[in-house]
Amino acid sequence: MSLYRNVTSRPWLTPGLHPDAHARPAFEKPNEKVALSFFIAVATAVFSLLIVSSLMRMTMSNDWVSLDLPSLLWLNTGALVISSIAFQMATSYARRGYSLSGLRWRFITGGVLAIAFIAGQYVVWQQLHAAGYGLATNPANDFFYLFTGLHVIHLLGGLWVWSKTLLTLTRAKGTEEARLNIELCTTYWHFLLLVWLVLFYFLAAN
Amino acid sequence: MAYVPLADQDDAHAMHDPESFVSKYIWSQDHKVIAIQYGSIAIMVGLVALVLSIMMRLQLGFPGLALLDPASYYQAVTMHGMIMVVYLLTALFLGGFGNYLIPLMCGTRDMVFPFLNMLSVWVFLLSVLILLASFFVPGGTAGAGWTLYAPQSITEGTPGSGNGMLLMIISLAVFIIAFTMGGLNYVTTILQARTRGLTLMRLPLSIWGIFVATILGLFAFPALLVSAIMLGFDLMLGTSFFIPAMLQMGEMNSQEGGSPILFQHLFWFFGHPEVYIVALPAFGLVSDILSCHARKNIFGYRMMVWAIIAIGGLSFLVWAHHMYVSGMNPYFGFFFATTTLIIAVPTAMKVYNWVLTLWEGNIRLNTPMLFAIGFIFTFIHGGLTGLFLGNVVIDVPLSDTYFVVAHFHMVMGVSPVLVLYAALYHWYPKITGRMFNETIGKVHFWCTFLGTYAIYLPMHYLGFLGVPRRYYEMGNTDFVPASAQALNANITLAAIFVATAQILFFVNVFWSLKNGKKSGGNPWGATTLEWQTPDTPPKHGNWGEELPSVYRWAYDYSVPGAPRDYIPQNEHGDFTADPGDEEHLVHPEDKEHAHGAPDTQEIPR
Repeated sequence: MSLYRNVTSRPWLTPGLHPDAHARPAFEKPNEKVALSFFIAVATAVFSLLIVSSLMRMTMSNDWVSLDLPSLLWLNTGALVISSIAFQMATSYARRGYSLSGLRWRFITGGVLAIAFIAGQYVVWQQLHAAGYGLATNPANDFFYLFTGLHVIHLLGGLWVWSKTLLTLTRAKGTEEARLNIELCTTYWHFLLLVWLVLFYFLAAN
Repeated sequence: MAYVPLADQDDAHAMHDPESFVSKYIWSQDHKVIAIQYGSIAIMVGLVALVLSIMMRLQLGFPGLALLDPASYYQAVTMHGMIMVVYLLTALFLGGFGNYLIPLMCGTRDMVFPFLNMLSVWVFLLSVLILLASFFVPGGTAGAGWTLYAPQSITEGTPGSGNGMLLMIISLAVFIIAFTMGGLNYVTTILQARTRGLTLMRLPLSIWGIFVATILGLFAFPALLVSAIMLGFDLMLGTSFFIPAMLQMGEMNSQEGGSPILFQHLFWFFGHPEVYIVALPAFGLVSDILSCHARKNIFGYRMMVWAIIAIGGLSFLVWAHHMYVSGMNPYFGFFFATTTLIIAVPTAMKVYNWVLTLWEGNIRLNTPMLFAIGFIFTFIHGGLTGLFLGNVVIDVPLSDTYFVVAHFHMVMGVSPVLVLYAALYHWYPKITGRMFNETIGKVHFWCTFLGTYAIYLPMHYLGFLGVPRRYYEMGNTDFVPASAQALNANITLAAIFVATAQILFFVNVFWSLKNGKKSGGNPWGATTLEWQTPDTPPKHGNWGEELPSVYRWAYDYSVPGAPRDYIPQNEHGDFTADPGDEEHLVHPEDKEHAHGAPDTQEIPR
């Protein structure tokens, strides 16, 4: 394993550099992808800590009253799943160099469905509020708003990159120009879909 | 599209020098300017914290002056702690030295995301301004101690529990955003943008320390972010994440069921790694400074790297040793006491290696070296008291006394600050192109080093006497002898002396900018890349026409047979050894293009 060989090498014994040697980054990937991987790890830490906190809060007092999740959440989940699929299709269009208009269409669908998801979450908040599951009435509700709110904020960050990529894409002459950003969006969307599925399961189970 | 590493596509990477004053010094994307911006903001806000500490000391040493009322005393404690730990030390080590040294030591032209880097420093400034604004709001700054323990911190009756706390929470959240932007940059640059020949194990330990500390920060700050958001909800929206049912100003509050222990777990899950976010860059920088000024390679380089990684990993497993007095299952305490004591192993390895680096070295006792050696003293001192406090049975009686104040100031106050001074003096010639005044520097060192001992040694004794910390004044306490007050007054005098002595540093820095003698590119005879730049201070783009290639590790000092007592990392020379081991430096792809073996010559070690 190269990492193991790396950290066990004795650098003081091996001076020299081959005349044709290249620079050796840790990952043969664009820097943006490496940074995104780290960001995803950081966001995972945020959501994991929240889930652990809610588990602790649940067991430390006995005032936890589960809320009746509105069925609209299933529809929202569906929108996010299709959004993720659309991004995946846009990525394969960009990778294989298929038609630019097909790529645009799929990329736009992905973003619009994410916006629909956010609008749907807003409606869910309204419904819950109307049904008496307001903030500060029960810890289960508080964590619900916290989870969904933070998830939406992460999605909004993704949509910012999405809108910038959309600008590039409208001016683009070939599929290659926006490819990196499309791939980044896709990875991030898959991550946020996974987070949402875990959160949704967690909220429904407790 | 084949992937080409950043350092190999350098030709396409034309640097355009910024022309106007604004793009050069204000909205600069140059890592060196950003580093200086980060550093200046951090030092300025650190001075605020220094003034606060003097006000606290005056109150404790001379209660008759009635300088502070109890509320403002607690506010001073809180702001002093938070500013020093987060806004000074974290920002100066990672934002300041991280930004300055990473691209230079890795042989790149800049960070991989310069725009994000610029954003990071301005968001950091915003967080500092929000924090400082809390001095001017009704109710004043937060006053619940830097740990911000809920429910006390947001309960009516605690100083600054309303506006002050809200601003503190917002400021921390903004700081975390700034740190994350910077941190992603540091990590990606170190991993991806190293120049030709600079393998991970050829990196100077400074970079290793900054690298691991940044990773710790990226994963520890989320805990603070989460707890800050939840605390903000409890404060502003009346939720009960942390707030139990309790009496507040004589009335039952509306919240119930919240868990204060949950806040403590979240806070210390951030808070303990935070100690190492500050300590690991200090370990790294001090290793390079000791090695350079002892003219000797660092002892046990690989062990140093592994120790940094091990300390970083272990630092996530010890957080509850801050909570022994909060009450916990004894087995839980046993676990955390064990992990805490295990951390002493890699840490002690590092200390031995520093001392062994000095052993039979050709030590030059100049200002940076004095500060670096001073660090070894204060760090051993603070580390040993840490072994006491890591044990539950010893911690419980000592936890609320001055012993703890003395311990953490020695280990994460004085020690990192001594390294900061060592590093500021060491890299000053590179940053400014001028030498500082050596005499003033040495006076500054002795005043600071001996002065801090005069402050913190007696505090250990006060702690054993049972003098409680966090108290605004001692009052009449039977078990504390009257002489404790005399000691307290002496500590205050020492603190004022040390604080005043810091003026020497600023005088030196500003006077030498104009009047210091020209330093040249490499005044210390150092091996690492930042001293090999074509210009001093390095220009935009750092390396002129061509990126450096790295032929050796960072510690080739006093190599037998070499013409000088150091060989820069980018110097080929005739000092290549042992062609058999060179295998791993050459990628199979490169080997195909190879024409003949590089000339090699065995050198005795």
